[in-house]
Amino acid sequence: MKRQVPFLITLLAGIFCLIGFFVPHPAIRTFYDEIQQWVIVIVGATYVLGVANLLRINLKQVSGRERDWPYKIVLLLGMVAMMIVGFTEGSHYLDPTSGFSWMYNTFYSAMSATMFSLLAFFIASAAFRAFRIRTLEALLLAIAAFILMIGRVPIGNAIHPFIPAAADWLMEVPQNAAKRGILIGAAIGVMATGIRLILGMERAYGSSSGGGGA
Amino acid sequence: MPLIRSLGRAGRSAVALAGAALALVVFAGFAAAFPLNAINTPNDRGQSVTLTWTSPTPAPAHWILLRRERGGTFAPVDTLDGAMKTHTDEGEGAQGVQDGTTYEYRLIADPPNPALNSDISAAATPGPEWIDSTKVNVLVVTLLFFIVLFYFINQAHRGVRWKFRTIPGLIAIEEAIGRATEMGKGVLYIPGVQDIDDIQTIASLIILRNVARTTAKYETRLTVPTNAPAVYTVADEVVKSAYQDVGRADAYQSDQVRYVTSEQFAYVASVNGMMLRERPAANLLLGAFFAESLLLAETGHAIGAIQIAGTANVHQMPFFVVACDYTLIGEEYYAASALLSNEPLLLGSLKSADIVKLVLIVVIIIGCAMATFGNPALGLWFGTE
Repeated sequence: MKRQVPFLITLLAGIFCLIGFFVPHPAIRTFYDEIQQWVIVIVGATYVLGVANLLRINLKQVSGRERDWPYKIVLLLGMVAMMIVGFTEGSHYLDPTSGFSWMYNTFYSAMSATMFSLLAFFIASAAFRAFRIRTLEALLLAIAAFILMIGRVPIGNAIHPFIPAAADWLMEVPQNAAKRGILIGAAIGVMATGIRLILGMERAYGSSSGGGGA
Repeated sequence: MPLIRSLGRAGRSAVALAGAALALVVFAGFAAAFPLNAINTPNDRGQSVTLTWTSPTPAPAHWILLRRERGGTFAPVDTLDGAMKTHTDEGEGAQGVQDGTTYEYRLIADPPNPALNSDISAAATPGPEWIDSTKVNVLVVTLLFFIVLFYFINQAHRGVRWKFRTIPGLIAIEEAIGRATEMGKGVLYIPGVQDIDDIQTIASLIILRNVARTTAKYETRLTVPTNAPAVYTVADEVVKSAYQDVGRADAYQSDQVRYVTSEQFAYVASVNGMMLRERPAANLLLGAFFAESLLLAETGHAIGAIQIAGTANVHQMPFFVVACDYTLIGEEYYAASALLSNEPLLLGSLKSADIVKLVLIVVIIIGCAMATFGNPALGLWFGTE
């Protein structure tokens, strides 16, 4: 029963949504749209569980004086402060002049931008490793990257107009061909995974191995 | 012209003005009112009529849209910008168009200018459709997929087995967990940064089940930080049930799977912090990733962890290829769970995906050949909106 009920729900919801994708008639589409709303409600409800998990794990680490526990206090205080300010301001919490917006823009946005800016250094270190020429493939990669980088800046055209044209060709022909091949393969993979899930052949939930059901 | 000449200057001017006025009247009277096309909006859920027209030049500032039921009296229903060339009349309630009722339309220039008014449109009857004709191509491929899939499921039930090429990244997953076990360190599993409604996240959670079974068998600590509460609840259930499957329910710890945050870079900061503090021996980055992919993978590289990544996001693949030891790209990622489970039914579904892919490759080649010789019909039919 514990396995059959989720399987039946998945099967019925999956087949219904598959039909709803192709049928615009209100007899199907009205309930199809309703189901999309259910998803939003269910996902919204899981935030309660998420916050509870966050509180439980971090309070446990603080009370046990586990490693780096002072940082957990900062995290908990930050979360509680944002929640208090957000709830106090009610439906106006997203107004540009609200305290919630001020806290978000002043603290979170700045810290988020700091994390993102680290990408520049990580790209440099990754590029250094990627362009070490050890094999024929690495040599081709390095040549393509060199043409592309030179072709995308004004000096490329100043050296020779062929360079930006070659860079465009690299992007439009070999790069596009490879990318589309990957995308077609991935799209078929999505379809196969979706059908396996709908038919209950593959599942992440429930105990014991997945299989059967089709 | 002796008569006109005899009229004098004032008389000639009066005749000229009268001629011009007559010409204007004649022109206005014979100016062809432009056609207005009205059709039941295709591929919709009904209660909608689509209007198209070619505006006269110059167009008026606004159009007043008139509508009547066939045989009834025109009444204004909307005011449209003069530059518009198409409009969908739907509305809601009693004022809106109703399925099964036949309507006729007319556009009236505003400010009024009878010369710019449209013809009365042909009658149109709104109604819903049962099949969206723009998705017929997808329907055909889906049905083909189902037919081939059921054939291979039947083959699997009859005991037929297939061989697939070895994917080094999949073999490396067990090796990486074994390495972590030998080193006495943990395994960090990152299921991407998308919510549970993303198919890449779902595929990741299915792979997580296999990974959790292996870590449970090897008694290796598995940590799964998630960035969506729904993913956390499902991942927690997946790991718990995987530990039960291998008879190690006692080894499952409730803080193995945790919700961190839904903010992208806050999540990165937290997971990178975990990597630097706990120094896992293996990082598995399987799911949908965006700008954070290299931030995570480079930090993992810096701590010397063996890293296996998998994603279908094409733009993040180069970063993973550079920074990780193994990368599952596109379809390899979606095939991973079936290959790891090695179950005949799942392998049969992979075989069916291969057959559909082969069919599509043949169709693409034929479509390219047809387009080269001036017939793009096949390519256009496969186009999606």
